[in-house]
Amino acid sequence: MRIRGARDLFAGLLFLAFGLAFLVLAQDYPLGSARRMGPAYFPVVLSLVLIGIGLATAVRGLLVAGPPIGDVAGKALLLVTASVVLFGLLVRGAGLGLAVAALVLAAAAASRHSRLLPTLLLGALLAAFCVLVFVKGLGLQFPALGSWLQG
Amino acid sequence: MDILANLATGFATALSPLNLLYCFLGVLLGTLVGVLPGLGPVATIAMLLPATFALPAESALIMLAGIYYGAQYGGSTTAILINLPGESSSVVTALDGYRMAQQGRAGAALATAAVASFFAGTVATFVVAFLAPPLAGVALKFQAPEYFSLMVLGLVASVVLAQGSLIKAAGMVTLGLLLSMVGTDVTSGIARFDFGVRELRDGLNFVVVAMGVFGVAEIVRNLETERTRQSFAATISRLLPTRDDIRRSVAPILRGTALGSALGILPGGGALLASFAAYALEKRVSPRGAEFGKGAIEGVAAPESANNAGAQTSFIPMLTLGIPSNPVMALMIGALILQGIRPGPNVMIEQPRLFWGVIVSMWIGNLFLLVLNLPLIGLWVRVLAVPYHLLFPAILVFAAVGVLSLSNATFDVHLMAAFGVLGYVFAKLDCEPAPLLLGYILGPLMEEYLLRAMTLSRGDPMIFLERPISAIMLAVALLALLAAVLPAVSRTRAKAFAE
Repeated sequence: MRIRGARDLFAGLLFLAFGLAFLVLAQDYPLGSARRMGPAYFPVVLSLVLIGIGLATAVRGLLVAGPPIGDVAGKALLLVTASVVLFGLLVRGAGLGLAVAALVLAAAAASRHSRLLPTLLLGALLAAFCVLVFVKGLGLQFPALGSWLQG
Repeated sequence: MDILANLATGFATALSPLNLLYCFLGVLLGTLVGVLPGLGPVATIAMLLPATFALPAESALIMLAGIYYGAQYGGSTTAILINLPGESSSVVTALDGYRMAQQGRAGAALATAAVASFFAGTVATFVVAFLAPPLAGVALKFQAPEYFSLMVLGLVASVVLAQGSLIKAAGMVTLGLLLSMVGTDVTSGIARFDFGVRELRDGLNFVVVAMGVFGVAEIVRNLETERTRQSFAATISRLLPTRDDIRRSVAPILRGTALGSALGILPGGGALLASFAAYALEKRVSPRGAEFGKGAIEGVAAPESANNAGAQTSFIPMLTLGIPSNPVMALMIGALILQGIRPGPNVMIEQPRLFWGVIVSMWIGNLFLLVLNLPLIGLWVRVLAVPYHLLFPAILVFAAVGVLSLSNATFDVHLMAAFGVLGYVFAKLDCEPAPLLLGYILGPLMEEYLLRAMTLSRGDPMIFLERPISAIMLAVALLALLAAVLPAVSRTRAKAFAE
């Protein structure tokens, strides 16, 4: 079968997957009855609705022609996501300053306009700003210097 | 008249030095993010939400509201000067505004836009002040079934008015509702869909969801279409519009304000819909319709008044019913919940200072914007010179730090990254993220009202049809859905968005 509307088809499949996942997971919780709804009642109703919508969207994708999905900015997606994850991994151990700098360096690589020197400068500036404002100024409970670096 | 007493309460609140400061900060920041393409009010408000936690509720809301309508001003400045709408609601302003700038009339266009916005903002403030109390009064009589039906109506309307595919918007709303089910069930105390992860027991923080789908995903989208920005800035020789400009702008401003105020109240409405509709209407009714797109001042005046009016009246359903009409309002409701205030008609009665203070602050904020923006245009143009490849790492840093500060959990940071990926995938598939956020914010309340209604009726779903107000709301929701599906209407809808 030929795919006519790839965007509809994949959106539908994604809805379907989410609907099924919630439906399966909801089996762990009491359903209750309409009169005394259990914790699974509303989620099950919603999952069924989403499964229906997902099926309809996917079928539409098979029948109705639509634009293709187009190029995926894989590199940008990977680097931006990775930079955020890196920040999360580093902030406790290495501290806020280094985590911010690492985020900036990783994220900047996603743009083809970035140059090394301005990026390093931006990273250093933002790291200093965050440490001064959030840790020293606002007194948030982030370590300026992480546990790995404190003997 | 009560209105006067209420407005006096509002002025007393909004004019306190602290609130004036936050109002000023809000509109300044709003203008800034409005000017900067690639950073919108939704992501900004989401980033600032954790910071507002420490403020009094009214100061927090006054500042966040300022960001929203301030962004409308900023967006139109760049639309006129360099044909780069900072906000989607300014897209239509660029059509004629940029043409005027090319003809050397940038000053007149900017001044008209500012005055149109200010006039619309003033009228909309009064519309909110007059309409909100009776609406809240009606809503106070609502019980669980009415609330449930109202939320169904609100969500259906947001689906019908969403851009793009109807069925995918419906899917996004439902997915939003489902995602909001993650976390501890209030009634039974059972942790749902938590995979045994401790951090999930309190549910997904909606700031994390919003930052992911609106902030992170948006950055990837912008990088995809990254190109070098032209560094053209129109020279502004003469700021004042001519007498002819003023004469021609009066009627479009009045029509734009009326249309914008009406459309703002609708669920799914707000600034964006208002500006597009006003431009389309003006093009049809104006005697100079043929000049549109070639630098007609009417094409600046009408959408600029409409988007500001719409931005403000969209506070009506949020403040009185607790129903968000767009993602910004969803975040406002989130801010209320963070402050421990239950959104709904009770806000007006229990928090009069908050309610009226926010309304009056909108008028004061508009005054700030009028005085601020015209002299500062040169500064905003220079802000534009900040290249995106230096801007987006900074946005990511503030998003990550903001999310981390919510409950000091690195888990939230990683969750934001995951929602960023999800948001990007959905964007690639033409699924708008706005309905997802609306569903997400209404989910827990909907479940609670459904549960209460069903307990009330002993499990008989007919209760939603037996109670007249609830039945009417469901009927309207059904009609709206049918109307949108009918081929004739859906064609007009497609056309309206295409314009």
